[in-house]
Order: sequence, then structure tokens, then C-alpha cells
Amino acid sequence: MGEADPTPSQTVGPFFDIGLRWLHTPELVGPCVPGAIRIAGQVFDGVGDPIPDAVIEIFQADPDGRFPPDTETGWRGFGRCLSDPDGGFRFVTVKPGSVAAGSAPHVDVSVFARGLLQRLVTRCYFGDEERANAADRVLRTLGDGVAATMVAPAEDGTYRFDIHVQGEKETAFFAW
Amino acid sequence: MVSNQVTKGLELDPPYDSPGYRSTQLRFPKRPLLVLPEGPTELHGPVFGDLAVGPGDADLTRQHAGEPLGERIVLSGRLLDDRGRPIANQLVEVWQANAAGRYAHAGDQHPAPLDANFTGAGRCISDPDGGYRFVTVKPGAYPWRNHTNAWRPAHIHFSVFGRAFTERLVTQMYFPGDPLLELDPIFRSVSERARGRMVSEFELATTVEEWALGYRFDVVVGGHLATPMIG
Repeated sequence: MGEADPTPSQTVGPFFDIGLRWLHTPELVGPCVPGAIRIAGQVFDGVGDPIPDAVIEIFQADPDGRFPPDTETGWRGFGRCLSDPDGGFRFVTVKPGSVAAGSAPHVDVSVFARGLLQRLVTRCYFGDEERANAADRVLRTLGDGVAATMVAPAEDGTYRFDIHVQGEKETAFFAW
Repeated sequence: MVSNQVTKGLELDPPYDSPGYRSTQLRFPKRPLLVLPEGPTELHGPVFGDLAVGPGDADLTRQHAGEPLGERIVLSGRLLDDRGRPIANQLVEVWQANAAGRYAHAGDQHPAPLDANFTGAGRCISDPDGGYRFVTVKPGAYPWRNHTNAWRPAHIHFSVFGRAFTERLVTQMYFPGDPLLELDPIFRSVSERARGRMVSEFELATTVEEWALGYRFDVVVGGHLATPMIG
């Protein structure tokens, strides 16, 4: 083992609130900022019960498709939301711009919880971007059913993004 | 079997499906994982160097009116990428049980005493050399209900950010020589050859004479950026 072997992942456990709550940052922008959108959902386990002890983190480009440190002052592109007793989470953000040709607007999502020895990684795409989603180089390689688990339908300015870590409705997750 | 053990990064990481750790049972994905697309979102990450994190946030023994009970320790190390290069100016968060093995959390019902002088949370921003340093007390072991007479070895939770989304890491740091390590399904979920990477080293050079013992723990993120990806 060399010095640079990566440190293995371990679960965030049940008591992360102590260490992670201080950076509970579900609002990437103020709710009244022009262009503000909401991404909301619940996290469910393999029998459909909500996971009340999850941490959901998002990372995304700004509306111009830029990332830190090349963004306007204050745009970190990061949000953290500790799930509520119903497994619920809600972010207020703006729709990210295009970051590459053949890439539909998307938000990267991490899920941490007791029972997850590594985080789960997925993407949230936007249900009202049908044309861009159809051309997206990730979504178009997947079957419709799998791709649909990453596409959040829009309802009155809120994109509904439920995350099923296991089971019939299981969300598509990434590895590398 | 989820096909999640094919690349460098994940060989070192524990499988999601780890039967010895009961909570994984209803929470591990059963579908094959998809190859993460190499895209700008994955290759960038949040920058936290400007966060209002003060020196007091890294000293868990000075966050209340008095000092917490327990064995005072200095815990330091470096945040590195998989080539050993320092990651400067990034966020390191820690949390832990008190010296009696009790978390300052309503969900922890272990009948060990709480310590009014200890919350058990700290944070800092890595220095130009990737270095971090916390002052705290050594956490106690505590029982959990995973199996009969199950005890977690003493550990400190770490949450770190690398330079890219792919380098985000949450882990646990253990202490050398702990007999509970070989009995712990969370520690043992990691392959035998990689477990040692989660164990800190006692380091005399880090101790402060007449004041605190010293432990060293380097956190290495990534390996993933160098892995070929399929779009």
C-alpha cells in the first residue's frame, strides 16, 4: 500500500447531525430570487419506508454553466439538506446552465445514511427539458425506465425528485 | 451482486451490500451501478476556503464553559489526493462520541453520561500544505444493537471535500491497537488490505508534553479522476 492509496469510505452513521447540521444549506439562492426553483423529494428504503436519517448533498453549475472558483462571488453550487422525519428534503436553487454539448441540465446528488457504507451518487434532471434530456449522452444510453428515475417532473416550480435506494422503483446510481 | 468492485476507487471501498452490518439490508442498491459519466459537474467541486470557520471550531475542548472529561488528544494529518498532493483550503468536518462513549444526540440512548462540556463536533479549513489539526478527547467505545453484545470501536467521523465532486468522502478514523476493530462489521466491511488506511497512528512528535497525546491521520481522497470513464 502506497501513501496515496485512497482512504476507504465508511457510513455517516446515525448521529451525523452533531457534525453536519451547521452546514445545513438547502437554499442555494433565496426563494424570491428571479429564476428560483425548488427540488424536493423523499428518500425511501427497500420496503418503501422513508429514511429519516439521510443527508442529501447537491452540486451543480450556475445558470451560465460555470463552476467554482470561476463563478460569481458567493456561488458555491453546493447544498446540504438533512432529511426530515418523513425522509423529506427540499432545495431552493436555480436551474444550472448547459455545461457541455450533449449534456442536459443536471444536478449531481449524493445520499449519505446509516446503512450506506459509501454515499450513493445520482443525477437530477429536469422534467420540462424533454428535448435536452432526449439528447443527453447519459440518459439516451439508458432504458426509459432507468432514465426516468433521474428525471424530476415539474409541478408549479417544484421538481419532484424522490430517491429510492432499493426496490422496484430503485433510482439509478453511479459508480466509477 | 452489484457490479461495484471493478475500478480502483471502489476496490478500496466497502460494498453497499454488507450483510454483517444489518442496516445495509434495506438500503443497498440491487440494480447494477452505472458508470459515472465524465462531465464538468463531476470534475468540479464546491470551494469552502472562504467559510467562516474559526480556530475555536477545531478545538473541541474549548467550546463550553469548562473542559470535557477524558484523555485529551491532538489529532492532525493532511488532506491529500491519490498522488499524494496536498489539498489546500478545503473543508474538514469531524464528529464523535464523548470519552464515555455517548453522543450529544437525542437518538443516542446508551446509558453512559453526557458531558456538559463536550458537543463532539469540529471543523477546519486545510492549510496550504493540506494540513489540519484538531484538539479533542479520545472517544469511548459504545454498544449498538447490530448483533448480540456488539460494540463499536472508538472512532471519529470525518467528512472531507476534495477538488472534485467525485472526491467527496465520509469515513471514520479508528485508533491503533483497539481489540474491538476485528469484531466490528463496519470496520471489517472494508477489504483486509485497505482497513489499515482507516486507523490513525500514535505519533510522539504530535503529542504536547504535559498536556495531550498525539495521533496522526492522513485522509486521501480520489483515485477516481484518473480512472477512465465511459460517457
